[in-house]
Amino acid sequence: MKFLVCISKTPETTSKIAFSADNTQFDTSGIQYIMNPYDEWFALVRALELKEAHGGTVTAINVGPASNDTVIRKALAIGADDAVRINAEPESAMYVAKQIAEHAKDGGYDAIFLGKETIDYNGAEIGAMLAEYLDLPFVSFASHMDLDGGVATIKRDIEGGVEILEVNTPLVISAAKGLAEQRIPNMRGIMMAKRKPLNVVEPVGFDDPCHVVGYELPPAKAAVKMLDPEDMDELVRLLHEEAKVI
Amino acid sequence: MLKTSNGIQKSSREDRFQGHDYYNIDQLLSEEHLLARDAVRDWVKQEVSPVIEQYAEKAECPQHLFKGLSEIGAFGPSLPTKYGGGGMDEIAYGVIMQELERGDSGIRSMASVQGSLVMYPIYRFGSEEQRMKYLPKLGSGEFIGCFGLTEPDHGSNPAGMVTHYTEDGDDIILNGAKMWITNSPIADLAVVWAKGPDGIVRGIIVEKEMKGFSAPEIHGKWSLRASITGELVFEDVRVPKTNILPNVQGMKGPLSCLSKARYGIAWGAIGAAMDCYDSALRYSQERIQFGKPIGQFQLTQKKLAEMITEITKAQLLAWRLGTLANEGKATPAQISMAKRNNVNMALEIAREARQIHGGMGITNEYPIMRHMMNLETVLTYEGTHDIHLLITGMDVTGFNAFA
Ligand SMILES: Cc1cc2nc3c(=O)[nH]c(=O)nc-3n(C[C@H](O)[C@H](O)[C@H](O)COP(=O)(O)OP(=O)(O)OC[C@H]3O[C@@H](n4cnc5c(N)ncnc54)[C@H](O)[C@@H]3O)c2cc1C
Repeated sequence: MKFLVCISKTPETTSKIAFSADNTQFDTSGIQYIMNPYDEWFALVRALELKEAHGGTVTAINVGPASNDTVIRKALAIGADDAVRINAEPESAMYVAKQIAEHAKDGGYDAIFLGKETIDYNGAEIGAMLAEYLDLPFVSFASHMDLDGGVATIKRDIEGGVEILEVNTPLVISAAKGLAEQRIPNMRGIMMAKRKPLNVVEPVGFDDPCHVVGYELPPAKAAVKMLDPEDMDELVRLLHEEAKVI
Repeated sequence: MLKTSNGIQKSSREDRFQGHDYYNIDQLLSEEHLLARDAVRDWVKQEVSPVIEQYAEKAECPQHLFKGLSEIGAFGPSLPTKYGGGGMDEIAYGVIMQELERGDSGIRSMASVQGSLVMYPIYRFGSEEQRMKYLPKLGSGEFIGCFGLTEPDHGSNPAGMVTHYTEDGDDIILNGAKMWITNSPIADLAVVWAKGPDGIVRGIIVEKEMKGFSAPEIHGKWSLRASITGELVFEDVRVPKTNILPNVQGMKGPLSCLSKARYGIAWGAIGAAMDCYDSALRYSQERIQFGKPIGQFQLTQKKLAEMITEITKAQLLAWRLGTLANEGKATPAQISMAKRNNVNMALEIAREARQIHGGMGITNEYPIMRHMMNLETVLTYEGTHDIHLLITGMDVTGFNAFA
């Protein structure tokens, strides 16, 4: 079976987020990057487990510049057989979905995995767009997936419960916590990754209908106000008049 | 909370460690180095941090971690893959040691001994049969090894050793005792340095089951408590001559192993220092006294600023030493300088970091006191702080001031 796993690069979770150029660009200075955890821990590892159970190959794909190669190499170190990097700035979800779809349309993949969202923009859009471009079924937020012949049994977390689906392959599936467990690459994997193919391909032209025009940071947290614990009236007044929560 | 068989519970406290790279030294590292470092960092956060305080408190060795260390590839990463190593370069080995010691010097010691003091001499000085017999099993953690050089009466002066053997047909008969041997009570085999009938030091592989060989544990350590230490006692132990390492004679055998391990310690100490600094930096932002975070006081800033300065210097020293080692040009004296400087740096940072944590600094809520106590061993083993100074002294003056 052939599996494709979409991986992306996100700022490390403790990064201090700032914007430059009049709040129109993400300020990348001093930012450390990691592989998006939903892609790495759940999507990639489940694809690898299925490959180990059923045979086949796992290909990792990323849309991004050459500086993303470290993250791609990590996917190879964890166990992907080969990788594709589409050499372009990932301008928008639609742009990325289009580029991946161009690669995947003739790839003969049985399942295309991706994380349920990235931990930076939290868009959760690419999976659905990709499925639409490829005219495939899409299941989001999967916490369990098994394959039997051409049928995938998938559990997805819904508010207060679990939904169980059967879906014919090929399909696009977005991974939530529970789909698999993090695999830490070992030194052997890291060394083997150096010799695995990482194919760089140029993007297809695409007139992106979506453009970021600006960012806003959440309002800074106000200083803590200390009140006399006996003074309930003042507390109620502040919650009502200043915080406006009651 | 997860309970392991021996009652050790996984702590739910999160390990919030972040690496520190003030001079962008990461840019000097390859993709492979960064991947190796981050993988071991993740492994330590997952496997070591949740249990290490309890193992240290109980003075117990987390033996289950041998398997994990072998799976991640921490044993002999720079040895060829054919012999169970990782085929990596010296800087990769260094960053792996750094991350292990960030977790605990005892865990790093497990890997140093197995890789540099047991696998390395068998690889470098052993016969092909010895290599094939022992190395894959050591690399996979199926065998645990130890390294016996130090004796009760010969520490800094190992050449004065009294452990010796006589020949008897195809065997040798080994007598003597070794002291302070990391992993000895749990080891399947020991690489023992002993004098032959000609008075020349040779390396001998002694196996656990051999009659007359015992390895009692040394108790009562206030340092490296999560690492097991013992003696090696040889009473007329009959060892086949085929267990002698054929390709080395004299003190350069054990000393070249020590060079490897000391090199790793020069990196390892940076890990312990970074952990202390990282914790102190965070504490200085969170702990409020006199109405402000203590990080706003100049004296706290002096401590933190000096810590990161010293860590940065140590990182550059280690990186340069690693580059020389990759070229096969790092001299034992250069390794001595880095081991001495970096371990002492780490110990001083642990002490300063302890002060920044106030009373909390003496508890197991923070890693500081454990690192500080561990580093007292690291300052002494693999050549004491003073002995390494004398090595530098001899190297620059040409005069031997040891004896
Ligand atoms: C926890 C632990 C684990 C260890 N693991 C191992 C192991 O796995 N294998 C192994 O072989 N060894 C091991 N060692 C032993 C370690 O290498 C020795 O402790 C070390 O070499 C010092 O020897 P010593 O303790 O006998 O001290 P000594 O040599 O007696 O030194 C005592 C003091 O005298 C100083 N001194 C000695 N000679 C001179 C001189 N000429 N000039 C100036 N000062 C001098 C020293 O610097 C030191 O301060 C371990 C030690 C410890 C504590």
